[in-house]
Amino acid sequence: MKIVVPIKQVPEVSEVRMNEETGTLIRDGVPSIMNPFDELAVEAAIQLKEAHGGEVTIITMGPPQAKDVLLKALAMGGDRAVHLTDVAFAGADTWATAFTLSEYIRKMDFDLVICGKQAIDGDTAQVGPELAELLGVPQICYVRKIEISEDEKHITAHRETDEGYEVVKAKLPALLTATKGLNEPRLPNIMGIMKAKQKPFEEVNAETLGTELQLLGLDGSPTVVRKVYPPEKKKGGIIVDGEDTAAAVKQLVEFLTKKGAI
Amino acid sequence: MKFQYDRDTCNGCMLCPSVCNFGAIEKDGDKVKFDMNKCVYCGSCEEICPVDAIHIERRTFDKSKLLEYHNVWVFCETNQGRLRSVALELATEGRALADALGEKLVAVIIGHEIEHHADTLIHQGADKVIIVDDKMFADYTTDAYTIAMTSLIAPRKPSIVLFGATGNGRDLAPRVAARMGVGCTADCTGLEIDDERQLVQTRPAFGGNVIAEIITPARRPQISTVRPNVFKPSEPDTSRTGEVEKVDIKISPVQVRTRVLEKVSEVVEGMKSVEEADIIVCSGRGIKDPANLALPKQLADLLDAAVGGSRPIVDLGWLPPTQQVGQSGRTVCPKLYFALGISGQIQHLAGMSSSDLIVAINKDPEAPIFSSSDFGIVGDIFTILPELISEIKKVLDAR
Ligand SMILES: Cc1cc2nc3c(=O)[nH]c(=O)nc-3n(C[C@H](O)[C@H](O)[C@H](O)COP(=O)(O)OP(=O)(O)OC[C@H]3O[C@@H](n4cnc5c(N)ncnc54)[C@H](O)[C@@H]3O)c2cc1C
Ligand SMILES: Nc1ncnc2c1ncn2[C@@H]1O[C@H](COP(=O)(O)O)[C@@H](O)[C@H]1O
Repeated sequence: MKIVVPIKQVPEVSEVRMNEETGTLIRDGVPSIMNPFDELAVEAAIQLKEAHGGEVTIITMGPPQAKDVLLKALAMGGDRAVHLTDVAFAGADTWATAFTLSEYIRKMDFDLVICGKQAIDGDTAQVGPELAELLGVPQICYVRKIEISEDEKHITAHRETDEGYEVVKAKLPALLTATKGLNEPRLPNIMGIMKAKQKPFEEVNAETLGTELQLLGLDGSPTVVRKVYPPEKKKGGIIVDGEDTAAAVKQLVEFLTKKGAI
Repeated sequence: MKFQYDRDTCNGCMLCPSVCNFGAIEKDGDKVKFDMNKCVYCGSCEEICPVDAIHIERRTFDKSKLLEYHNVWVFCETNQGRLRSVALELATEGRALADALGEKLVAVIIGHEIEHHADTLIHQGADKVIIVDDKMFADYTTDAYTIAMTSLIAPRKPSIVLFGATGNGRDLAPRVAARMGVGCTADCTGLEIDDERQLVQTRPAFGGNVIAEIITPARRPQISTVRPNVFKPSEPDTSRTGEVEKVDIKISPVQVRTRVLEKVSEVVEGMKSVEEADIIVCSGRGIKDPANLALPKQLADLLDAAVGGSRPIVDLGWLPPTQQVGQSGRTVCPKLYFALGISGQIQHLAGMSSSDLIVAINKDPEAPIFSSSDFGIVGDIFTILPELISEIKKVLDAR
């Protein structure tokens, strides 16, 4: 099976802090990691390859330093990496990101694309469905379990829903997005890390991609981030000591009644 | 698109690094320098610069085409024939947007045997309800619903289309948007119309650490998914009347490339959904033992609330996945949220920080949850909860 896994490098969101004085994000010194949901996607692709043979291509669109996550995915067991990198890609919204990825992927021969459910920085979960549409293949989002039919022409997946899950069958090629519960991503071992450096690694810029510049990056993005600001702080949160249980509870119940919450 | 910084004009006031949320501007001698790998072109620096040394040249568009687009549409999702509660919220918010524009609100409902919901949506503010009813739409499938939505949208040209940010809504909206070649903004918590009659879409990002305002200057319709429970439904007005249009959309089975073989409910009998509840009683690892969940359940029963859990509680199998709150679980926005024995890590906060009122009970005075709480008690849940239950009981009994 030929599997493509689009991954994204993201800041470790749990280490992002606000500068209280200026109200801006402090990103300096915040480590960059592979988007956690994308690790599930890479692991799923490697497991499918181990069971059915084939090739796993890892692809990212991002600045030069995003190479790190590609190398990690290769060290986990991916076969080759594609790095779409160019200032012309900068400022892309989800549509422009999906479009840029699709411009490369549609020229490939693939059976399956596996994305993460969402990137933990933007939290949009849109690149997967948009990429599926641009590639003209069906999508199954929020997948927890994957089975490939014996003839390797169909996929059956457990798709998480608001009430539980549904079992969905589709003909390949198709696109999936991976969610929690799909697998436990492996850690790259020393051998893997050494081998990663020898694996095929392709760098692609706007010119080699051969796409009109106005469809890429900020210019190609239908949505525009007009303003970014810190969320309103919870002002005047009350904190009481629970040592005196009765008094603390009484105060809480009064608070809730006054607010009309109960 | 070009980014221009005129170093000679720059007066070195150092205002721009302080407004850059992405750490892309650094002091460079007595001037500044830009790291374009970090820049997202939000324009904050351009706006604050007192001497116009920064200029972002954006593409210009022919906006006359945009005038062809009118009216606000809301996609009203059903589940097994039942209207999801977010549909009423969308209708309420859609009404407000339509009023701000002086245009009509159209509710779209797709499914099978769902016609009877039309009145509910009219009472909730819709001027018109479009009904697409066929057994092909009985189960949600991306393909069938995308075809239905795009074939409705294309000839009728709404200027705004809102979807609920439910599992299916977030599957469908970006697919519809991509087919129409327009933008889509995910999981909005605020919507407004600006002076240029554009939809200003507000949404949290970076685990709730920043709020972004997003617009779609050049393409229509403007499509967004809206976080459930953020907008509260208005009182239905049963005297309202409106138009109902049934549209026949025929889809052949070959156009639907996925097939739902089975639907498995993980909803435990009698367990309220965290996404739809007004009150949530959520427990974290501090609850220690599954048997202890009886306490929060008791409080939940008393308040007609949903029982929730942090990720470890769900991973341990103490509560079903449907009840997990946070980045890899459900995003919730109740009127009242109890965080019991929850530390409040960013991934948890990302799923609940927009709740109206947050009450935290935690032994550790340093727990981050307290900085997000409206009312916190530093103490042991096992001594405080029983007391709280009996006090609330007294208040409710006295009514
Ligand atoms: C707060 C916020 C909310 C958003 N909400 C929405 C939304 O609701 N809908 C929507 O459509 N979009 C939205 N976006 C955009 C959306 O999040 C992004 O599309 C998505 O996260 C992927 O963007 P990205 O990979 O560009 O990420 P970022 O984290 O913005 O990464 C930086 C970008 O710069 C580019 N870049 C910089 N230098 C280079 C280089 N030398 N070569 C190649 N690339 C370079 C990278 O390709 C990358 O795309 C939002 C953006 C922000 C900031
Ligand atoms: N810049 C990118 N390069 C490659 N894949 C991406 C990129 N951005 C998003 N993706 C993929 O799309 C998924 C959803 O991302 P998002 O829509 O940004 O939440 C991610 O988990 C990745 O699989």
